[in-house]
Amino acid sequence: MSATRVAPRSVSAEARVDSAVLPAWWRLYPSRVVTFWLVELRKIRHDRSELYLRAVQPVLWLLIFGETFSHLHAIPTPKGIGYLAYLSPGIMAQSALFIAIFFGIQIIWERDSGILTKLMATPTPRLALISGKAFAAGVRSLAQVVVILVLSVLLQVHFDWNPLDLLGVALFVVLGAAFFSCLSMTIAGIVLHRERLMGVGQAINMPLFFASNALYPVRVMPGWPQGLSAANPMSYEVDALRGLLLGTPSAMLLDLGVLVLAVTVGIAASASLLPRLAR
Amino acid sequence: MAPAGGGLARIALPVDCSELQVSFGAVRAVDGISFHIEPGEVFALLGPNGAGKTTTIRVLTTLITPDSGRATVFGHDVRRAAMLVRHLIGYLPQQLSADFQLSGYENVWLFARLFDLPRREREGRVREVLAVMGLDDVRDRLVRTYSGGMIRRLELAQALVNRPALLVLDEPTIGLDPLARADVWERVRTLRQETGMAVLLTTHYMEEADVLSDRVALMHHCRFRAEGTPANLKSALGPGATLDDVFRHHVGAAIEDEELSGGGRDVRNTRRTAQRLG
Repeated sequence: MSATRVAPRSVSAEARVDSAVLPAWWRLYPSRVVTFWLVELRKIRHDRSELYLRAVQPVLWLLIFGETFSHLHAIPTPKGIGYLAYLSPGIMAQSALFIAIFFGIQIIWERDSGILTKLMATPTPRLALISGKAFAAGVRSLAQVVVILVLSVLLQVHFDWNPLDLLGVALFVVLGAAFFSCLSMTIAGIVLHRERLMGVGQAINMPLFFASNALYPVRVMPGWPQGLSAANPMSYEVDALRGLLLGTPSAMLLDLGVLVLAVTVGIAASASLLPRLAR
Repeated sequence: MAPAGGGLARIALPVDCSELQVSFGAVRAVDGISFHIEPGEVFALLGPNGAGKTTTIRVLTTLITPDSGRATVFGHDVRRAAMLVRHLIGYLPQQLSADFQLSGYENVWLFARLFDLPRREREGRVREVLAVMGLDDVRDRLVRTYSGGMIRRLELAQALVNRPALLVLDEPTIGLDPLARADVWERVRTLRQETGMAVLLTTHYMEEADVLSDRVALMHHCRFRAEGTPANLKSALGPGATLDDVFRHHVGAAIEDEELSGGGRDVRNTRRTAQRLG
């Protein structure tokens, strides 16, 4: 076994290396995001058990909570739309939230195991690294979309099956998951320990979910949770998903704007905290 | 020591540091060290846990920025040209850093992508470094089934996939059994002989520094205590002296306390690595 094949680049050439070896940023960023997507897909392929286990919770929400509240008629829904149909987009967003909000644990694990420092020593800008991780969380949450769509067929929920709308659904779910994973990675950058991140994650999970329009229309809430909901990207995500899947009136462009802004701020915030994790 | 600028053509040194200082809050981690590495040279930073070796490496791999002083890699400033510096180095961190959820091939493939190897070269290069590290047969197995020595070799393959001009090895054989350790040494020596790349390594094994390096620097309490070739350092102390003796002479009995008190995270990482190795 000879090492000759790891051929040397001549040392004098090294001295002259310049910025020409680096791809332009507009090629580099998408390339890194795709790389982390592909890696995430490989990991899912190697171990599908998490995928199946993650599917249990949204199924239970729809079957138990959804069926029960459909019968109660306790929650006002738009005309002609049953509660189960109304709830499904909410659960779609919620299951993506639950996956993403603990994504910071992965980055703390990668930090403790040295993977993160090694990634950071490659020509990958901090922003690209975080973007890659954030959209990898999006990949995982897309699996939830599929689960809920399949289930809704079984439960005879009537969705708008326009392929373009479904693409829109994928986009919004990925954006939502990207934002919440950035939130999680930002918290990871502040608390630095898995246990604390778990605690904070649990604590903010609840208000993110309940102070939103995922389970009920915002107008049935008292005043101050309504305020929380207006500041909660989750509500904008659910609004868009309902519009796409059920055709309810929604502020699609506003929703998109808020989510894109939230993801941008989230990526910047967690990237700025990354050096803390690298120490 | 530093090459005279005068008659020599300006060949950028693999590493050139002057008056490097790093603090974490009130804690000083590196206190004004200066050194350089010649082309093709193997340079070892030797010292107890918490001496500042890993911090020095983190500066040179652009993971942290120094508070003051200057550090360049092949003439590129680690602060201003971090992306270029990263392009030129292969880095093996102290912890076992391969991703256990991926196969050996995927681990190296990830780094081939992160170093922007052209698509048509990527697969060939990944297979090539895996073959050089003797991981041909196991490349499609998940890393969690690898032995400690195999994981270390895989990490070397990851560090080599971009054909680095400077290889940075942080405690390359920590937690390995003697056979696996000798194997890593052999591979580093072969690589260095056949590629001419410069190597910076840290270790607290005297034998490792003696076997592998052209020059060593003894680091203790954030500073260099001695620097030179292993032979010179030994002969300066008298006939029959080992590098162990040199170390004891320069660092002294303080090392015992240092091991106990210094660098809690260092020690924890070491243990964790040992644990993962099983």
